[in-house]
Amino acid sequence: MHEHAHEIAGAVSDEAFRRSLAAIIILALSAPPVGVFLMLRRMSLIGDAMSHAILPGAALGYLVSGLSVVAMTIGGLAAGLVIAVLAGLVARATELKEDASFAVFLLVSLALGVVLVTANGMNAEELMHFLFGETATSVDDEKLLMIAGNATVSTLVLAAIYRPLVLDCVDPNFLRSVSGAGVMAHLAFLVLLVINLISGFHALGTLLGVGMMIIPATVARFWTRDITTMIAVAVVAGAIAGVGGLWASAHADLPVGAGVILAAGLLYVASIILGPVGGVLWKLFPGRHLEA
Amino acid sequence: MTGELQFRDVTIGYDRHPAVHHLSGAVEGGALLAVVGPNGAGKSTLFKGIAGAIPLLAGSIGRGGARARDIAYLPQIAEIDRSFPISVYDMVAMGLWKTVGLFGGIDTASRQRVREAIAAVGLTGFEQRAIATLSGGQMQRVLFARLLLQDARTILLDEPFNSIDSRTATDLLALVRRWHDEKRTVLAALHDIDLVRDNFPQTLLLAREPVAWGRTADVLTPQNLLKARQMCEAFDEQAATCAAPLAG
Repeated sequence: MHEHAHEIAGAVSDEAFRRSLAAIIILALSAPPVGVFLMLRRMSLIGDAMSHAILPGAALGYLVSGLSVVAMTIGGLAAGLVIAVLAGLVARATELKEDASFAVFLLVSLALGVVLVTANGMNAEELMHFLFGETATSVDDEKLLMIAGNATVSTLVLAAIYRPLVLDCVDPNFLRSVSGAGVMAHLAFLVLLVINLISGFHALGTLLGVGMMIIPATVARFWTRDITTMIAVAVVAGAIAGVGGLWASAHADLPVGAGVILAAGLLYVASIILGPVGGVLWKLFPGRHLEA
Repeated sequence: MTGELQFRDVTIGYDRHPAVHHLSGAVEGGALLAVVGPNGAGKSTLFKGIAGAIPLLAGSIGRGGARARDIAYLPQIAEIDRSFPISVYDMVAMGLWKTVGLFGGIDTASRQRVREAIAAVGLTGFEQRAIATLSGGQMQRVLFARLLLQDARTILLDEPFNSIDSRTATDLLALVRRWHDEKRTVLAALHDIDLVRDNFPQTLLLAREPVAWGRTADVLTPQNLLKARQMCEAFDEQAATCAAPLAG
């Protein structure tokens, strides 16, 4: 035990580890709230699809200037936005539903990404980093600033579109009857989704980055029936999974993405069992019924 | 008489298929009008069109100088995501949208108004309950409380009394009568013909096209009801392009 404490203290005093720690906590502040809305809008899998959709863009950025944070961010952002807008437009202009439309774009763009990545000789180790996140000490200042900048934009924009976003989920026709803000809110939300995926991708890899958005949100669903509390719980869950996972992956020399998402998965399992809103234990042992 | 609502050759629909076809006429200020018709008659579509929630395919709707957003609209309860984690208080407070908008704070006076609206529909004590835990009747009361806050001159109610108990229906009907006494214009899409006969002086019988419109007793004749049913069964996937000239 004493040895462990010593080890943690050692890790925290390491500057590279501290940067990763800061990055994951910032990510936990910005991504889970977006994930809560993704879940409530029944778009969880669309988030997953989008995370694949940014792959060819990031790969293009890699082609142009190697593992450069800015190039890969711009590429991923562009690809994500193009796919989001295209899929949204196809769904609105044709009979195809939005999820089916996203699924098609996801598959095509993933295939395109694979072609781009392999055709240009990314080596196996780089590809592993690209897909699953690097080691715990790999967040440099540039990445940290990118993640922090994205988080700032994400949090401010989410606050700005909060009301129409909530209304668009609960009662879309009422929103349309009082305001035209619904369309704007939906589009802004897709942009937030993309920039958080980019952050997630820098911190956790392209395949697992979306997990920091979705898993804390589903965890929170088991603990409260109030949207504000749900967002707070999701942020806390994200931070716990982030810090725990980061520490575990530093300890075992694993990719950060895998460590963090596994930690989040543990929280999810615990919530399924213990969560007061629909958790298994509360269903098995509901206690005596109340007066009213 | 221009009327509170003026329909000028209004056609509203989805994907070129009209759900409401060439509707013309006026609703006078202070009218209490039932909109009756079989399923698929276009009642909900008409209301969404009046409220500005969907665009018109043709024609225009005059709103007596008011904007679509000044009209209070109660959507069908089935169109609401009742699993969404939001409290009764917050749901009702949405009725303040016109004054608070995207960012505005809710001041003490407005808080008081929200509490009064919740009390007026008999839900005091339910403020912090999640809407997921409400019964259908309680949910409908919440939506009526929101309407009270909107304080609009024209109110649209899309099937307000569906699948609720009779006591709730009586309470909510009393609110509708109060709005009528306050000279507000109220339109309600309804299925219960007896309820319409007992409470609504005027009726529009709709079957995509208006079948009859006027005093309730004159409109709800067996002949008209039969005609409405037959008209609604005639929806055709292969329908030809409507030849009627577009209203200018």
